[in-house]
Amino acid sequence: MEIGLNHYLVLSTILFAIGLVGIMRRKNLLMLFFATEILLNSVNISFAAISHYYGDLTGQMFAFFVIAIAASEVAVGLGLLIVWHKRHGNIDLDLMSTMKG
Amino acid sequence: MEFYLYLALFAPLTGSLFAALFGAKPKTLLTGIVTSSLLFVSFVSSSILLGNLLMGGKVVHVEMMTWMATGDLYIPFGFVVDQVSAIMMFTVTLVSTVVHVYAIGYMDHDKSFNRFFSYLSAFVFSMLILVMSDNFAGLFIGWEGVGLCSWLLIGFWYHKESASWAANEAFIMNRIADLGMLVGIFLVYWNTGTLQYSEAFANMKGLDNHILTLMGSFLFIGAMGKSAQFPLHTWLADAMEGPTPVSALIHAATMVTAGVYLVVRANPLYDLIPHVGLMIASVGAFVAIFAASMALVNRDMKRIIAYSTLSQLGYMFVAAGLGAYWVALFHLMAHAFFKALLFLGAGNVMHAMDSELDPFKMGGLRKVMKGTFIMMTLASVALAGIFPLAGFFTKDMILEAAFVEHHYIIYSVLLFTAGLTAFYSFRLVALIFHGEERYKLFGIHPHEAYKYMLVAMSPLLLLAIIAGWFKMTYFEMVTQLLPATEYHIHSVATYWIMTIGTQLFVILAIVYAYKKYQVAKQDAEFEKRLCYKILINQYYIPYLYNKVLIEPYRALSAFFWKSVDQKIVDASVDGIANIFYSTGEKTRTMQSGNLSTMLKWMVAGLVALLSLAVVFAIAVRYSDGVNPLLSGLGVQ
Repeated sequence: MEIGLNHYLVLSTILFAIGLVGIMRRKNLLMLFFATEILLNSVNISFAAISHYYGDLTGQMFAFFVIAIAASEVAVGLGLLIVWHKRHGNIDLDLMSTMKG
Repeated sequence: MEFYLYLALFAPLTGSLFAALFGAKPKTLLTGIVTSSLLFVSFVSSSILLGNLLMGGKVVHVEMMTWMATGDLYIPFGFVVDQVSAIMMFTVTLVSTVVHVYAIGYMDHDKSFNRFFSYLSAFVFSMLILVMSDNFAGLFIGWEGVGLCSWLLIGFWYHKESASWAANEAFIMNRIADLGMLVGIFLVYWNTGTLQYSEAFANMKGLDNHILTLMGSFLFIGAMGKSAQFPLHTWLADAMEGPTPVSALIHAATMVTAGVYLVVRANPLYDLIPHVGLMIASVGAFVAIFAASMALVNRDMKRIIAYSTLSQLGYMFVAAGLGAYWVALFHLMAHAFFKALLFLGAGNVMHAMDSELDPFKMGGLRKVMKGTFIMMTLASVALAGIFPLAGFFTKDMILEAAFVEHHYIIYSVLLFTAGLTAFYSFRLVALIFHGEERYKLFGIHPHEAYKYMLVAMSPLLLLAIIAGWFKMTYFEMVTQLLPATEYHIHSVATYWIMTIGTQLFVILAIVYAYKKYQVAKQDAEFEKRLCYKILINQYYIPYLYNKVLIEPYRALSAFFWKSVDQKIVDASVDGIANIFYSTGEKTRTMQSGNLSTMLKWMVAGLVALLSLAVVFAIAVRYSDGVNPLLSGLGVQ
């Protein structure tokens, strides 16, 4: 059986669903970052696959952009996370409600 | 002359506003003095205007400003002082000046002294608007204005249940009649295209008789309410709950005669429809005898005089209905003088007797209240129509008019009523002023009213005596405007027999009243009889109104309130509000501020939209029939 476009898309969808469930269910901020990475990478997979399918490099370029932006986002996010952990001793999402009215 | 017109009209308003400034303050004598003097100014101006007309001067007609001008409708604030309104102005301002001065003494101890004068002057202003307006709309403003002031003044002692009830009764009955009046005014406008008296009456000549009949009848319904004619008469007797000066001014001399004034003013209309006139006269004659019969047995001094007013209004309507407009106006004027005098006298008696109204508890007051005794006796003589007092000339003219017009039934009813009038008037005088001093049993120490009150009343006394002597002067003046029908009985012998006969009849009634009530013992035997019971209960008409109209209406209102309004209208409105409220209450939890929850909702929305898109896509692909529908919805 040859691996075709559909297989990649199905993989991408499954990964997206996993990531989506992850950001909905997880309360740990670190796990949320993982889930976000999974979401972004599922999108990258489909970008790369479709780009290959059409023989157009734009999609793959876009995937690199996404990887770069995700890396910087994670860098900023982790920095904030560490500061938060130093101050409060936890990284639980539900406890981050100091600005709630 | 225009200056005097404005002065006469606006002086009472100024007084009213001035007194209103002190409305909530404790008694300040100043308000009484200022309003009275402004009223006097108004009276003097009215007299000058009347004098001007008597000297053959021109009718004063001014247009102060435009009130409404839209399309074909043009209603100005216009005022006219012609022969009829000059007479009315003179009467109104004279009686109200007297009543104002009198009230300074009468309301001496009342804590709402200032408020009283504010209302009273406002009433005079409204009444002047009513009589001076040159169009139906202005008349209606005044008409409602006097109604309002009447309500305020009947319910002046609003802490008394009966007073506020009577005030509301008067107001509501007048509203019913005013609806008729409004319909009449609309009919006038629709058919003549204007509300100005002169043009409207000129245009009426070419109209269909049927429409004129409707017009005349509806306007008369308005007049019936204000002048308390049957079947809208019950409010007048109950209106006696108000302070006595109010009864004298509003419910005897001026406001209640507005109905008569309307018929007199609309004489060109009623001349075209004599059958409506005959109906008016018949109602008038009926009310005359009907009210007089109730006055025969009543035991409330003020109510007796109120019934007498009612009866005299009946006389006026007979004259107006038979086309003797100038006679009606003449009787209106004379009646205002002696009836106001009678009421003010009754006020003195009430003051002396600690607000006691039952004449059976009085007696022998002539020794302590000489001035009041003389005035009330003379006023009663004038009312009874004895030569040469005012009542003789005016009332006999009405009788003659009925006789000459060959309405013998009306004539006999009125003649008999004249006897009744004399009887109940002197029953009252005999009970109050003669006989034993029964008040001693109740420990009351009567005293005469203040001197200046008696002095204030004296112009009325003078006019009640001499007003009739100016018959010819008056006749020559008003007949420049009103139809100049003279009522002469052709045979001299008949005339003398009638006049002397009437006089003898009336005198006999007086003598009988004196004889019967010299010794005031209550006839228990008589009080058990049916006729007494009917009369003392006012023919059971208030009872009937209560049973037939008020109670079912109240039940209906309660039903609509409890079942329709609360259970249907309120419930549906509240229900709609509740749906939104509870939806909000339930969905509020969505916005918890929790990131995970919000993400969940976001994903749920995403899923919903995606599935919708899928459903649409499938539908578009597999069914051509859906396309028109979708294009109809604007999707494609």
